[in-house]
Amino acid sequence: MADPIPMKAVSRRTVLKGIAGTAGLVTVPAIIAACSDAGSSSAPAGSPASAAPTAAESAVATGSISFGSNYSDEVPKNAMQQMVDAFTAETGIDVAVNTVEHGTFQDQISSYLQGTPDNVFTWFSGFRMRFFAAQGLAEPITDVWGTVGSNYSEAFKVGSTGDDGEQYFLPIYNYPWAVFYRKSLFEENGYTPPANLDEFKTLAARMQSDGLVPMAFGDSDGWPAMGTFDIINLRQNGYDFHVGLMAGTEKWTDDRTKQVFTVWKDLLPFYQEGAAGRTWQDAAQALVQKQAGMYLLGMFVSEQFVAAGAGEVDDLDFFPYPNFGTQYDGEKALDAPIDGFMLAKNSPTLGANLDGAKAFMEFMSKGSTQNIYTAANPGVVAAANDADPSGYNALQQKAVELISGAQRITQFLDRDTNPNFAGPNGMQAFLLDFIQNRDQDLNAFTQKIQDFWDTL
Amino acid sequence: MGNPGTRSVAPALPGSTGGAGATAIPGRVRRRYSLLTGRDKLVLGLMVGVPLVLDIIFIWGPTIVSGFISLTNWNGIGSPFDAEFLGLKNYENLFTAYPFFWPALTHNIVWLAWLMLIATPIGMFLAVLLDREIRGTRFYQTIFYLPVVLSLAVIGIIWKLQYAPEQGFINNALGRTANDNLIDWLGNPDLNIWAALIATSWRHVGYIMVLYLAGLKAFDPALREAAKVDGASERQTFFRIVFPVMMPINVVIVVITTIEALRAFDIAYIINRGKNGLELLSTLITNNAISESNRLGFGSAIAVVLLVISIVPIIAFLVRMLRNDET
Repeated sequence: MADPIPMKAVSRRTVLKGIAGTAGLVTVPAIIAACSDAGSSSAPAGSPASAAPTAAESAVATGSISFGSNYSDEVPKNAMQQMVDAFTAETGIDVAVNTVEHGTFQDQISSYLQGTPDNVFTWFSGFRMRFFAAQGLAEPITDVWGTVGSNYSEAFKVGSTGDDGEQYFLPIYNYPWAVFYRKSLFEENGYTPPANLDEFKTLAARMQSDGLVPMAFGDSDGWPAMGTFDIINLRQNGYDFHVGLMAGTEKWTDDRTKQVFTVWKDLLPFYQEGAAGRTWQDAAQALVQKQAGMYLLGMFVSEQFVAAGAGEVDDLDFFPYPNFGTQYDGEKALDAPIDGFMLAKNSPTLGANLDGAKAFMEFMSKGSTQNIYTAANPGVVAAANDADPSGYNALQQKAVELISGAQRITQFLDRDTNPNFAGPNGMQAFLLDFIQNRDQDLNAFTQKIQDFWDTL
Repeated sequence: MGNPGTRSVAPALPGSTGGAGATAIPGRVRRRYSLLTGRDKLVLGLMVGVPLVLDIIFIWGPTIVSGFISLTNWNGIGSPFDAEFLGLKNYENLFTAYPFFWPALTHNIVWLAWLMLIATPIGMFLAVLLDREIRGTRFYQTIFYLPVVLSLAVIGIIWKLQYAPEQGFINNALGRTANDNLIDWLGNPDLNIWAALIATSWRHVGYIMVLYLAGLKAFDPALREAAKVDGASERQTFFRIVFPVMMPINVVIVVITTIEALRAFDIAYIINRGKNGLELLSTLITNNAISESNRLGFGSAIAVVLLVISIVPIIAFLVRMLRNDET
């Protein structure tokens, strides 16, 4: 049998790190300068006296904690390290950071959490979080939330809560999925962001006649198409149906699900051909090079613009996915995946380091801490209410506006549903099949998806 | 050490696939003729026993546990013995409901057929050509062998870049990079397996070439000269003389090709993690069992199916090897 060679699949995590890998280069020197004397004298971020002094003080005695991180690319790793250093500077607690390549980290998460994990580990909100909480592999941090809860909106609290009502997760940032475009291209051609589906189609048709590919698209990794499914389903059928579908209480064979694919089918002629063999990075290049007019993706698309040259990212803008004229328009729902930290219950040293680990969580909940990260990685925005948006670039400021205006927020299909269902031999394959055989019988197609779900 | 004397040697001990067991050991010599001292027996016992124990712990133990896990719905958390016991449900599911199993099996068979009928013969053909001491033979040997030193993972990355829709060399060379005429080598599910097979062959051909070339170098030139004297053409010499005489090497090559086809994994996994036309049994196992997905029971069922398929050529190979030893 083959020796499976662990390889990194490009995921949104990879992407985020990549963004920082390039974008962060601009800002990191400033942070390094700011933090260079952190170890000796002043804490660079946050005033020690203000937030949560009790936990921090009691934790000083415990001395150290361990932290498993999947922020393995250079700049996100550095950005994470800056936050960790700020924590050590303020509390005197040493943090042993154990960084694992992110693809490996995700593939091995089950065995990692069952073995001898670190006290704190990086993870995602959504089903992926609730699953490990329900398996008893995560330590609840409800008491931490009692202290820091007021610094988060209700949506973040819901996204941090397990099936048993306890909180297990501490968010540090998120990022929106929206339709990205180049301002200069829109100005040159007199395009305006569409408000509804008809305008969207009209604009796409105009781009096509102008010799542009209206929608850039690359689905070689399998997950980017999920973003399109999510947003069409949210606009067409609303948040409740979408969540029910992800949880299995609604059926894929439902007429409403078929309607999603019908809408999508009408849009597919505007999409870039050959998507199944193209990475999202290559699709983003079509947008960078003004061959494509628009691109529905997470804000990490900015990485490709930062890499394209100085000032290119300033030309990048986005608009929320157009309304469909349904009753769900008011929800302004969107995918805005949250990343953050959890505590590993099986960690052998967690008992001794629990106070320190919770102090770490409290420190990470502060806006001033999260701003260290958002400065280094302009593809994301801080999760805390008291984060200072003044250091944000225009894209980040608009992202904050978009996310805070949303009445309903989802994580992303593969974070919201069973990973057994969402993988390469699952929903990824079904969506690729649909994109390439758009005229197939939707009854049979959705039946195939439902049958697969039923075997899980 | 082993002293078979004139007595014919008993067949190798059952289960002794480890190193020491395969050498001639008079395991069933009757006591009164025994030439072995107690110390010899102890040493031999250890030499057979230690590999046997290791073999059981590291090969057969996990295999049997895999077989057991395949009967459960174990999700990788906790003990597999606490998981729900499903009987043959996973297998039923696999053969009747799982939409990716039969495509994967078909792709493995296509993989095998391609390597056996196209890549391997090309490798043998190159070996025959290079054996003729044409000018620059060393240079060509190096060129063709070079891909073999690369791991398949690296080869996957190299070819993925070549096949990329807009940025890749192949589409650019063909001038097929526009939105309305590009060739989606890795995305089109009818095309990508052939693209992957070409990438695999790039390495496989060199591998077979070197193996066969080594055999040809050891070929007795007198046989070839005799054929020439008898007026045989080059073609006749190869097919009537060289090929039959090289039969042991041919068997090795067939077995290696079969194993390569069954363990095909790396390139498909690197291209797209084995989906959308590139499903293989090995990638299905990985995606179900060794990933964030938690279907270890189901993944083990696929692994058991692959094991059963793999055992057939292995047994054929072993039977052949053991028979050769006896003669």
